Amino acid sequence: MSNGKGILIYAETSDSKIHPVSFELLGKAREIAEKVEMEVWSVIIGYRVREEAKELIYYGADKVYVYDREQLKDFDVIVYKDILVNLVKKIEPEIFLIGATPLGRSLAPRVAAALDTGLTADCVDLQVDENKNLIQIRPAFTGNILAHIKTNSKPVMSTIRYKVMKKPQPDPTRKGEIIIEDPPEIADSGLRNLGKVSERTVNIAEAEIIVAGGRGLKKPEDLKMLEEFAKLLGGVLGASRPLVDEGWISKDHQVGFSGNTVKPKLYIACGISGSPQHLAGMRDSQTIIAINIDPSAPIFKHADYGVVGDLYEVVPKLISMLKEIKEGKKLEG
Amino acid sequence: MIVWMTETGLRIGVLIKQVPDIEKVRFDVETGRIDRSSAAAETNPFDLNALEAAIQIKEKFGGFITVISMGPKQAESSLRDALARGADRAILLTDKRFAGADTIATSRALAAAIRKLGGFDLILCGEKTVDGDTGQVGPEVAELLDIPHVAYVCEIRDVSAEKVVVVSDMGDKYLYEAKLPALLTVTKELNTPRLPSLKDVLKARKKQIEIWDADSLSEYEGVNKFGIRGSKTLVVKVVIPGTEHRKGAIFKGEDAAEKLFKILEEGGLIKP
Repeated sequence: MSNGKGILIYAETSDSKIHPVSFELLGKAREIAEKVEMEVWSVIIGYRVREEAKELIYYGADKVYVYDREQLKDFDVIVYKDILVNLVKKIEPEIFLIGATPLGRSLAPRVAAALDTGLTADCVDLQVDENKNLIQIRPAFTGNILAHIKTNSKPVMSTIRYKVMKKPQPDPTRKGEIIIEDPPEIADSGLRNLGKVSERTVNIAEAEIIVAGGRGLKKPEDLKMLEEFAKLLGGVLGASRPLVDEGWISKDHQVGFSGNTVKPKLYIACGISGSPQHLAGMRDSQTIIAINIDPSAPIFKHADYGVVGDLYEVVPKLISMLKEIKEGKKLEG
Repeated sequence: MIVWMTETGLRIGVLIKQVPDIEKVRFDVETGRIDRSSAAAETNPFDLNALEAAIQIKEKFGGFITVISMGPKQAESSLRDALARGADRAILLTDKRFAGADTIATSRALAAAIRKLGGFDLILCGEKTVDGDTGQVGPEVAELLDIPHVAYVCEIRDVSAEKVVVVSDMGDKYLYEAKLPALLTVTKELNTPRLPSLKDVLKARKKQIEIWDADSLSEYEGVNKFGIRGSKTLVVKVVIPGTEHRKGAIFKGEDAAEKLFKILEEGGLIKP
């Protein structure tokens, strides 16, 4: 049935909205597709997602396969897996990319195992070699090394980290084909989603400004000072792993290899020495500022600006300067 | 956690991996190879949370815990530690033919071993390993065994002979019910693994660790599906990322904060 070769992108949804990682993947897929002369296909599963399918075309898909049913509203790893396996067998993509979100990292391995194909986790880049093979690049050993990985089965499957690929500009004049598919029979998967228990307290991966604290903090209450600083800048509070391990702050705030990868416009590391594990999670930030009492802290090598000084002196000064500006603006206005 | 159980309790399998201490391990910059002698081996920390969960379930109503690992002979020490912590039976899949396995080849060996053992009611494993960091083996094993899985389990609310009710941390947290047999991958948030007592460590020294080679699984999976032969992915190159050069303007002294503030302001990083 497939007429031509394609790169398939899984468009992740929650509450009928597409996760932005899917748009990033479409951008990368377009770039690869030009090099290897393939089409870009996308698949979306959910309820009332037909309108959303158009978005996928605007972002670069040539064809979108839509599975739209009320029973598909909530993510069920087995039901979704069955749909994807079915589709892959039918359209035979050369490459299949899924976002390395918690959902993607739970779903992709099942799909790969069912298709008996290789899967590379958490890639940060994709390249095409001289033989037009896909080279998947992923950090290994806490980001100390980058492994280049080739897959010798079809489709080549990878999960791709969120916020590493550039999100393309959508083009609402772009044309593509929307194909409404009937899902395979939805059997009892043995799983029941009983609903959301709690929302994450902060979505640090999306934050544009992050003020993060580390071991340089003396007690949990002092995080309030950093939070005030973050709020005045319009940002959110982050933390290095030791603070999370100590239970000072929830894992939602953790930046680093075992926490969240962030890529904000501004990252201010307060009392963070800069272990490779921490750097792996924030080194792609646009501007990095380090405040640390120890001039030999590795974080300074990765910072655009650094202040060697006691964060307990520097941060309150910055806070009061920020407040002055805000109050000044208020008086003027 | 509420546990409703009868008679023999659950048959629980725990998958564990021995990994180098990731905070200390060094690399050969030339080859990108890991210098395994540079860091002590330890049990993957997330797997200890999986084992702790298994022990807590067993304590509530009885049951039988089998730990399985695939790796070199040295991985015996991680299995022995698991026995000291409360596992009942330990199996090490070790054979040159298992070596060089990617996640799918690893999962095939583990799934074959689980089938050979007659399956489990509940399989627990860490959300990922700190060395491979893929988080793929758990869900792949579940798929190969054709059982449901729930990933990123941070709370086990209820266990019965038929099902488990768990909270899965997918960014937002969701409540899931999974019919048994099922597989759970667990986060660190789930529990705090206990340390074994000296008495238990000594007792575990005398326990036997069963060694299985590739042939012992041949009835359950083709031997060519294991190790490097069964792998679908291949590392073609390893690159040491160069340190990115940043401006690195450092301010010190009394007016350092003021200088930094000015930079922020000029850079348009302060929104009024």
